[in-house]
Amino acid sequence: MAQPVIPDFGQASDCVSENRTFCTDWVRDNWNPVLRPALVEHIELTVIAVVIGFAIALVAALLAHRLRHVERPFAIVSAVIYTIPSLALFQLLVPVTGLTVTTVEIALVGYTLLILFRNILAGLRSAPPEVLEAARGMGLTGTQTLFRVELPLALPAIVAGLRVAAVSTIALATVAAFVVSQGLGVPILGALPLNFKTEIIAAGTLAVGLAIVADGLLVVVQRLLTPWAYARRTV
Amino acid sequence: MTLATFGVFLNSLEFIVDRRELILEKTWEHVQLSVVALAVSIAVAVPVGVVLGHLHRGSFLAVNLANVGRALPTLVVIALGVAFLGIGFANQVVALVVLGVPPILTNAYVAIDEVEPDAVEAARGMGMRPSQVLRRVELPLALPLLFAGIRTAAVFIVATATIAAIAGGGGLGEILVNQASYRVEGLVGAAICVSLLALAADAGLGLVQRALTPRGLKRETSAFEPDVRPVV
Repeated sequence: MAQPVIPDFGQASDCVSENRTFCTDWVRDNWNPVLRPALVEHIELTVIAVVIGFAIALVAALLAHRLRHVERPFAIVSAVIYTIPSLALFQLLVPVTGLTVTTVEIALVGYTLLILFRNILAGLRSAPPEVLEAARGMGLTGTQTLFRVELPLALPAIVAGLRVAAVSTIALATVAAFVVSQGLGVPILGALPLNFKTEIIAAGTLAVGLAIVADGLLVVVQRLLTPWAYARRTV
Repeated sequence: MTLATFGVFLNSLEFIVDRRELILEKTWEHVQLSVVALAVSIAVAVPVGVVLGHLHRGSFLAVNLANVGRALPTLVVIALGVAFLGIGFANQVVALVVLGVPPILTNAYVAIDEVEPDAVEAARGMGMRPSQVLRRVELPLALPLLFAGIRTAAVFIVATATIAAIAGGGGLGEILVNQASYRVEGLVGAAICVSLLALAADAGLGLVQRALTPRGLKRETSAFEPDVRPVV
């Protein structure tokens, strides 16, 4: 597990011992022991949260798509969770699930629900009535219409939601360091009492960079899944 | 939920009641910090967003600022603030403003930029000067969406002020990150108070926002730009 490295004034370089703005030698020396493991943990925390959040939001949205009265309660509950500050939600869960990754994941999953639910539902509802009419005219059953018409048409909205969910989960997962020693928040919290700038900048840059990469990957996924949206239109 | 878990929550309620002076003091610090940070964010972001929207310039900057704001972890901003500015109230405000500006600026820009061109055209046709168009047509029509940005930023700032406690200067976060002094009951008690504060800010500003929205102007949110604030 990543331990924040305390600048060793005995053998550290001048740059580190003087706590200059950014020391590349420290990053090089601590990439393997500190930064890389933190980055990997951060990715794990995020992927698990987004995948579980997506599964829950998808089921809820499919239900709400069929049964209108499901929408309001789910939207209200997820909006309330969304408004609770993350550090507070983590601490509220600690008595129930302890200082564990489970606590962190429950909170992170909770924060993805509102965005994903809204976007999946809006996507499902975006199918034009004449298209649904045509599907019924072709003899498609309800399930067939869902899988062949409604879900494909909902894909752009779903991916848009996933992008927001992934980016905000990556930002949020840094706060998890208050509860468990995992993710890029750990080196940041460790560097704080010492005001060790290099470590804060390096871990912060990795978090922002990870968010940009995740966002870009999801854009690529969307282009691959919905080629028709990018086909050249001939009038 | 086991009985012991239930006991922790009961004890934390007891903590809130027994230490109500501490809780009130920290809540008041929290509110002060949030209000100052929100006021500065509004003063910085609204004029810039409104002018850019009025001129229909800088859409790239204005729209992407919201995405950058979302990707920027609050902990990183606060930590950088501590490392480069030091601790204290003023420096906390600076860090919170950095996070409060993006949603306000983006919403102000989009709100003004998306005002019905026909309405602007008609106002011009009536002989209004650009400043009159802005004051009497664009601003009133943009008000609900502009205010939605302020609401988003307010909830965001209240939540982030919790984490800002690590930068010194108080607020409810000070209890939340100090298990050594306040034990689990204190942490959970403070967490309950912060959550209620954030929910109250959201609900209160939501009512104001609704009051500002003229009937027939209820805007439908597009699925592609989810009208969702960044989480802290």
